[in-house]
Amino acid sequence: MVDSLKAEMLRAIAVAADLTALEEVRVAALGKKGRVTGLMKDLGGLAPDERKTRGAALNVLKDEIALALDARKAELQGGALAARLESERVDVTLPVRPSAEGRIHPISQTIDELTAIFADMGFTVAEGPDVEGDFYNFTALNIPPEHPARQMHDTFYLPDAPDGSQRVLRTHTSPVQIRTMLSARPPIRIIAPGRTYRSDYDMTHTPMFHQVEALVVDEATHMGHLKGCIVEFCRAFFDIDDLPVRFRPSFFPFTEPSAEVDIGCLRSGGELKIGAYGDWLEIMGCGMVHPKVLANCGIDPARYQGFAFGMGIERIAMLKYGIPDLRTFFEADLRWLKHYGFVPLDQPSLALGLSRQF
Amino acid sequence: MKFTLSWLKDHLETEAGIDRISAALTALGLEVEQVTDRSRALAPFVVAHVLKAERHPNADKLQVCTVDTGHGTVQVVCGAPNARTGLKAVFAPVGTRIPDSDQVLKKGVIRGVESDGMLVSERELGLSDQHAGIIELPAEAPVGASFARLRGLDDPVIEIGLTANRADCAGVRGIARDLAAAGLGRLKPLTGGHLEQAPVAGHGPGGIGVGIEAPAGACPLFVGRYIRGVRNGESPRWLQDRLLAVGLRPISALVDVTNYLTLDVARPLHVFDADTLAGGIIVRPARAGESLKALNGKEYRLDETMTVIADHDGVLGLAGVIGGEASGCTGDTVNVFVECALFDPVRTAATGRRLGIDSDARYRFERGVDPAAVFAGLERVTRLILEMCGGTPSEPVVAGAEPAWRRTVTLRPARVRHLGGVDIPVAEQERILTVLGFTPTLEAPGPEGECLLSAAVPSWRGDVEGEADLVEEILRVHGYDNIPAVAMARPYVVTRPALTARQRRAGHVRRTLATRGLDEAVTWSFLSSAAADLFGGQPPTLRLINPISADLDVMRPSLLPNLIQAAGRNADRGWSDVGLFELGPAYRDPTPEGQDLIAAGLRAGLMVPRHWAVGSRPVDVFDARADALAALEAAGAPAGNLQVTTDAPAWYHPGRSGVLRLGAVALGRFGELHPGVLDRLGVKGPVVGFEVLLDAVPPPKKKAGTARPLLKLSPFQPIRRDFAFVVDHAVEAERLIRAVKGVDKALVREVAVFDRYEGPGVEPGHKSLALAVTLQPERTLTDAEIEAVAARIVAAVAKATGGSLRGAGAVPSRQT
Repeated sequence: MVDSLKAEMLRAIAVAADLTALEEVRVAALGKKGRVTGLMKDLGGLAPDERKTRGAALNVLKDEIALALDARKAELQGGALAARLESERVDVTLPVRPSAEGRIHPISQTIDELTAIFADMGFTVAEGPDVEGDFYNFTALNIPPEHPARQMHDTFYLPDAPDGSQRVLRTHTSPVQIRTMLSARPPIRIIAPGRTYRSDYDMTHTPMFHQVEALVVDEATHMGHLKGCIVEFCRAFFDIDDLPVRFRPSFFPFTEPSAEVDIGCLRSGGELKIGAYGDWLEIMGCGMVHPKVLANCGIDPARYQGFAFGMGIERIAMLKYGIPDLRTFFEADLRWLKHYGFVPLDQPSLALGLSRQF
Repeated sequence: MKFTLSWLKDHLETEAGIDRISAALTALGLEVEQVTDRSRALAPFVVAHVLKAERHPNADKLQVCTVDTGHGTVQVVCGAPNARTGLKAVFAPVGTRIPDSDQVLKKGVIRGVESDGMLVSERELGLSDQHAGIIELPAEAPVGASFARLRGLDDPVIEIGLTANRADCAGVRGIARDLAAAGLGRLKPLTGGHLEQAPVAGHGPGGIGVGIEAPAGACPLFVGRYIRGVRNGESPRWLQDRLLAVGLRPISALVDVTNYLTLDVARPLHVFDADTLAGGIIVRPARAGESLKALNGKEYRLDETMTVIADHDGVLGLAGVIGGEASGCTGDTVNVFVECALFDPVRTAATGRRLGIDSDARYRFERGVDPAAVFAGLERVTRLILEMCGGTPSEPVVAGAEPAWRRTVTLRPARVRHLGGVDIPVAEQERILTVLGFTPTLEAPGPEGECLLSAAVPSWRGDVEGEADLVEEILRVHGYDNIPAVAMARPYVVTRPALTARQRRAGHVRRTLATRGLDEAVTWSFLSSAAADLFGGQPPTLRLINPISADLDVMRPSLLPNLIQAAGRNADRGWSDVGLFELGPAYRDPTPEGQDLIAAGLRAGLMVPRHWAVGSRPVDVFDARADALAALEAAGAPAGNLQVTTDAPAWYHPGRSGVLRLGAVALGRFGELHPGVLDRLGVKGPVVGFEVLLDAVPPPKKKAGTARPLLKLSPFQPIRRDFAFVVDHAVEAERLIRAVKGVDKALVREVAVFDRYEGPGVEPGHKSLALAVTLQPERTLTDAEIEAVAARIVAAVAKATGGSLRGAGAVPSRQT
């Protein structure tokens, strides 16, 4: 009888389809009114010998059923979890929730790069107003009134100041040099990046553009330093260690001697590549500050000397980053900004490497 | 400035080839822009002999020529009327690229007759417009020889970019002098009319007088000469070839001679047909209403600022710029008056610019013509005219006098080292200056034992004024390449910051806004007056006098209009979800203090795009406020202390905008842009935007140090309670928040608005605002104490706003 009950119970456990059915089996066998429990209750009416034998057998039966129940329970639980997990399956290839990150304009990024390089050479960043007086923009820079650059077709004019002086939109950031020299004593080492304006609009000119200029004034800085500073800058900025840099004599009213600076390049098939390829590309003007400019700013040219240089920020950005058209810098075309712009966390640093390679 | 190698060699005795000369020119500051070797394209063209020319059997106007090319005899069908037996012509074999048409010549059959090559005209070679017939060469031209070499076209043409200071190098001779100084050869003495030779003898007075009635300096010196009985025809071949090589059209001997001297020694001249002149010549200011039909065929209206050459009837030419058509020389000219004068560079430049005339004369006069070479110029031009056209010269007439130009500049030779950074021996410094035409004299050492070089400046170097100029002369001839590059001394061992606090925080703001999904734009500092007027307008002092276009005629009062228009352009291209910002100047007045640094941005279209997982929504005012707050926080403004007022400027939506203030000071504003403004700018809304006035944000405290306040962590758990208040519709949420915070500044750590409701269950005209309040106790609070704080919160809100708990009397719910 015990054997047949065992067989019956074990079979019932084995066929229990889920945890509920299994529980029913457990109650039917081991519950208060269960059949095994009932048989246990019946033991009292048996002879002591028989009770002992039968009791031992029932205990074994009870343990066996409990074991079988546990095993089946674990089996059913595992299956249920697997079934739940299966039912929870999602399409992980669905697009993630949208999050937007903007881009830094190439002009800002380039200014930050310039700043990192020149900071390392001891320069600080100076600024000045966009609306300037003709003294700061021209006269102090040894540009006489009849100079072509002053004429209507180059310079934007605003109504005269109350004192009769002419107001202009600065045509270069050189007035920042003048303001610096008028307010600080040498030694001076500054760069002046900023907006500049010229009345010109075609394939290669925009009425507003950006320049960076540098000014060094002290008692000992000479053209060798000028060359050293520019060569180091060009190589660091373009990230080309062997970039050839050439200095050609030139003319600017505010420097004497003056030079134009060329860097090595390759022109082929309408493309331009920067590097040691044998051809030359002009990128900036420079020179030793004209003694008259120093004197105009109250700095004694017999004691102090120094250099200045200036270049177009868009231009060097175009060269470095392969941007083909100057005018696109100011169109705020999202497609352009996303393509040529920079990730905001890419703050230029000499320690980290100035620019990311693409 | 263009010239040929052989022209250069008229003045420079040199063995150097074109490559070395090019490199030296650039190193001297005479930047070579282009070297053109015309013989390269003409290499296949050879001298050929037309052995026989016969009428084409099937065409009246064609001839069949048997041609000896030097490499064999070929048959060529030719349409030129001058193709004839015995002619020496120019032959192009099959496979040649013809310069004029840029076509490759193929073997052909013309009306049934084979043609194996071509006999060419000047136009087909790109040499001139001449196409009436094929080129005729002299009988002695050797068959098979290179045509380019025969015609001197293997002479490379060099074009240099000339800086504004180098008047002397606007002539080939000046360029040769520079090259000689750089060691490329020897400057040859100037022949043909130099004053060292006996001047041309004049035969009596010419009968044409000259008077100068111009303001002082406009024309310091005017010399002229009457030449009687000239025959004006074509100039000699060599002269025509030179002019053609540099891009000038030969006209006639008299005109070509003046053009030649203009280029050769930078000495512009003019030759009048003397028979067209009425009375003597007067140099005077133009009179209002006068006009001139110039040699270029155009009519110009003149004004009193311009200097003219006139006769008794009227204007003959514009001084230093261009001659007049009526008094110009023609093939019939027999008597001429030659002008050689000095004109003021500034007036010449201004006149040329005003009238838009770029002439070879202006190019030289505005740089400054050698004041000591006026008589020499007259002498040379006279000789050349006599040589080419014959005639009898009269004695020169002179008005004015040679202006003073002699000066001496002193150089401390040590200055070359100190300013230039390179050692150049004094003897070499002297040599360089001497070859350049200076007369250097080594003076006795000064009081400090320093030697001095005193250099008399040559007449053609008006640009050299001071010591630094001499240093430049010596350095550029020595070669900038030979200046060693040296590193600048580092002022500090460890790099110091290059930016001021103000500059640094601007950078923070920029990168913060970009991380928020806004793309940085850079837009013009100017815009249209109409757009400016929508944003408060600008005073007349910020209007450009000469804007590049009416769209860009005033300095911007705000960054928003340009950004809004950019958003519109992007939308027009199909990109309507826009987030843009700009960090740059706005202008209040034209003084340096009237320029403000602004961070402004906008969003348009969908803030959250359509997506399977999240609900899409359009941009709203709270996006703009969040951007403004982020910018202000990045700029270091105390974000927690900012208040919002609802008095934003008129370009914002009056009910959906605000001003962020620190006390009374406005630091920024935000909101939906006014639909009327968007409409006027042609942009579809809604667009939300913000402007942050970075300069208004208080600067960081000096010497605040880098240490943060000590962090004290409470061992007690925070307590969170939710409240729902019903308040009048007009009550601003901020007032509730402040009231709650004011209950106990130490205890109330955070107040969040987690729900806002209007509708059934809430009295009309009222709204329900649900606040989550976080308390951070410093000891264990009893339930009674917490209830007491809650009651004070309710009371404070009631007092500040008149609001009451929703479902009056209800106990605030414990957050689950």
